[in-house]
Amino acid sequence: MRHIISLLMENEAGALSRVAGLFSARGYNIESLSVAPTEDPTLSRMTIVTSGSDAIIEQINKQLNKLVDVAAVMDLSDGEHLERELMLVKVRAEGAAREELKRMADNFRGRIIDVTDHIYTIELTGSCAELDNFLKAIGRDLILETVRTGASGIGRSDRILKL
Amino acid sequence: MELTGAEIAIRCLQEEQVEYVFGYPGGAVLFIYDALFQQDKVKHILVRHEQAAVHAADGYARSSDKVGVALVTSGPGLTNAVTGIATAYMDSIPMVILSGQVPTFAIGEDAFQEVDAVGITRPCVKHNFLVKDVKDIASTIKKAFYLAKSGRPGPVLVDIPKDVSNHKTTFEYPSSVTIRSYHPAGKGDSGQIRQAAQMLLEAKRPMIYAGGGVVLSGASAQLTDLVRLLGFPCTNTLMGLGGFPASDKHFVGMLGMHGTYEANMAMQHCDVLLAVGARFDDRVIGNVEHFAEVPRKIIHIDIDPSSIAKRVKVDVPIVGELKPVLDELLGVLRGSQRAPNAADTAAWWKQVNEWRAVGGGLRYKNSAEIIKPQFVIETLHEITGGDAFITSDVGQHQMWTAQYYKFDKPRRWVTSGGLGTMGFGLPAAMGVQMVNPGATVACVTGEGSIQMNIQELSTCKQFHLPIKILSLNNGYLGMVRQWQEFFHGNRYSETYMNALPDFVKLAEAYGHVGMRIVKPADVEPALKEAFARKNDLVFMDFKTDPTENVYPMVPGGKGLSQIILAEEL
Repeated sequence: MRHIISLLMENEAGALSRVAGLFSARGYNIESLSVAPTEDPTLSRMTIVTSGSDAIIEQINKQLNKLVDVAAVMDLSDGEHLERELMLVKVRAEGAAREELKRMADNFRGRIIDVTDHIYTIELTGSCAELDNFLKAIGRDLILETVRTGASGIGRSDRILKL
Repeated sequence: MELTGAEIAIRCLQEEQVEYVFGYPGGAVLFIYDALFQQDKVKHILVRHEQAAVHAADGYARSSDKVGVALVTSGPGLTNAVTGIATAYMDSIPMVILSGQVPTFAIGEDAFQEVDAVGITRPCVKHNFLVKDVKDIASTIKKAFYLAKSGRPGPVLVDIPKDVSNHKTTFEYPSSVTIRSYHPAGKGDSGQIRQAAQMLLEAKRPMIYAGGGVVLSGASAQLTDLVRLLGFPCTNTLMGLGGFPASDKHFVGMLGMHGTYEANMAMQHCDVLLAVGARFDDRVIGNVEHFAEVPRKIIHIDIDPSSIAKRVKVDVPIVGELKPVLDELLGVLRGSQRAPNAADTAAWWKQVNEWRAVGGGLRYKNSAEIIKPQFVIETLHEITGGDAFITSDVGQHQMWTAQYYKFDKPRRWVTSGGLGTMGFGLPAAMGVQMVNPGATVACVTGEGSIQMNIQELSTCKQFHLPIKILSLNNGYLGMVRQWQEFFHGNRYSETYMNALPDFVKLAEAYGHVGMRIVKPADVEPALKEAFARKNDLVFMDFKTDPTENVYPMVPGGKGLSQIILAEEL
C-alpha cells in the first residue's frame, strides 16, 4: 500500500544521504522524496512516498526514527492529510493544439507560464494522481519534457508535525 | 589558553577517562599523534593493521562496560577499519573511532589518502560526524561518547580533517549533552509489563530466550532472578552466552543453527515466549516461515523498537532498558498472588527433558588417536575453571567453544556474532587483556582465521600481552568444508588450507612460545603448561580431526525443528 511519510530532520550535510541510504540498504521503495528547510533553518522537512506491507511500513517508520538526525516522523497516511505536488510540463503547442492545450490546462487548474510560437510550459499543482491524469489527458506525443517535485504532504487541521 | 584541535581531541579522551586508544598513525593524524605524545594519561596501543585496532577496541568494550576507542588515519587507514566498525555495529558494541581526514580545503579533490569516511561508514555506524570547525571538536566528541553508550550502543565515527586538528581555539568540555533528535528509551511501559507478567503466569509451556542485550545492558542478575523465580527453561543466543549461567539447571543450552535440540524444540513448541534483548535473527530462529509449531504469544523486551516485530510478529512489545524493565517485571511477579502452575511447568520440563534425551545433548566421540576439537574446549574449560575471558574467530571452532565452554558470567565470551568476522579473535583478545590486566585470556581460533590478523602477534610482544592462543588446526576452513560436505556433494572447493606455515616457528619468530599438540593424551598437559606460563603468550597449534562436524545443525533456510543431530556415537 502507498504511504506518505513526513519527517523533520537536522538541516545538516549528509542527513539526506542517511535517509536515502537507509531505504536502499534495507530494500525499501522510494516513489518520491522531496526535502527543503523549514521556517526554522536548522530543520529540514522531508516527504517520502513509499509503498509496502504494513510490517514494512512499520519498520520504515521505526528505522527512520532510529536515525540520529531525524527528529520526528509522521506517517501522514495514518490520518487525514493534504498532498500536493508541483509539475512543470513542456508541450508542443502548434496549430489547433494550442487552443486545446490552453483549455486543458484551465480544466486542471494549471497555468501556462511560458509561451513561444510552438511551445507551452505549463505549471500544475495537485495530488500525484491529478498530475498523472493531466499527463494522460495530453498524451505522450505532445509532451517534450516534464519535471515533478515529488509529493509534499501535511496533516489536516490539528495533525501537526513540529518540534 | 588556546589549544589545537589535536590537543582538544586528546583532552576530550582524558575527560572521558579513556585509558587506552588502539591505533595506527599516518599523515592526516600527525597532529593528533603529536598531541598524544606530549601527555601520558591516554596510552596508545600501536597495532599492526587498522582492522586490529578496531577489533581490539571492540574486545576492550565487550569485556568491560567501557567505550572502546580507536584512532586511524585517512584513506586506507579508515577503509581498513571498516570491517572492525561493521563488526561492532552488528553486535551493538559501544565504540568511538577517530579518523583523520585530508585538510578541509582538499576534500573532494581526490587528494592523497582521501576517502569519504562519513559516506563509507554510514551504513555501519550508529552515527558519524565530519568536524569542519575546530570549535566543534569538543562538543562532537562528547556527543560521540554519549551516542556510543546510550540507548542501543554502537560505534560512532568522528572524522577530523588535518587542518582542523591544527587550528586553535579555547577548550571547554561540555558537562552534558542534549541531542534534540535523539531520545533513547528508558523505562518500559508499565501496562505492557503487567500484561507480560500475566501472560507468563498463565503460560503452560513457557520459554525464555535471551540475547546479547542482556550482556550489554548488565541485566544478567535480573534475568537470572527472573528465570529462577518462574522456574522456566532459558536459552541464550550466541551473543547472550554468559548472560544466564550455563551451569544453572534452567539453562537448556544455546539455541539456533548449532543450538541444542531441546532449546530449539522448546522454542518451536512453547506457548509463551519471552524474548529479552534478542533480535530473532536468521541464525537463531532459522526460516521465519517455519518458526513456531504451535500458536503462541511472544513478549519482546528490547531497547530498540526497530528490533521488535522486524522478523516475527510480537504480541506484547516492551521498549526500554532491560534492567529497569526486568526489575519492574520482577516486582510485579513477586507482588502477585499467583505463581506459575506447578503441574504445567513440571509437565513442560518433562517434555524438554525428553527432547534432551532424544537429542542426546551435546556429544562427540572422543578418540585416543586424533584430537577432537570439542575435547580441547572441554579441557580448556576445566583447566581455566570456566572463568577465563575467551575470544574466538569465526567458524567451527567458534561454535564448539560456544557449546562446550560453559559460560557462567557475562562479558567473558567475546565473539563476532552478527558480522561473523574472521580475524577478530586475536586483536579482540588484546583489548580484553588490556582492560583486564591480571585475567586469564584465551583466544580460540583456527588455522584459517588466525592468519587474517596474525601480524598482531607483534603487538602482543610489544605490550607483553600473555594471551593463550588455541588454534584448532584441522587443515580446512572447517565450517565451509562442513557445508560443502552436507550441501555441495563433498566438493571441497578452496577449503583446504594448503601450504600452512609452521605455527610454532612463527610464534617463536614473533618472540612468543609455540607448542604443537598432535596426540589427545598431550592436550591436557599442554594446556596446563601453557596456562602456567602467566607472562607468556603461548601459541598452541592443535592438530585436530579434519573430518569433525559441528552438531546439532539446522541447515540454512530451514525451520528450527529440521535439525540434524550427531550420528549415533
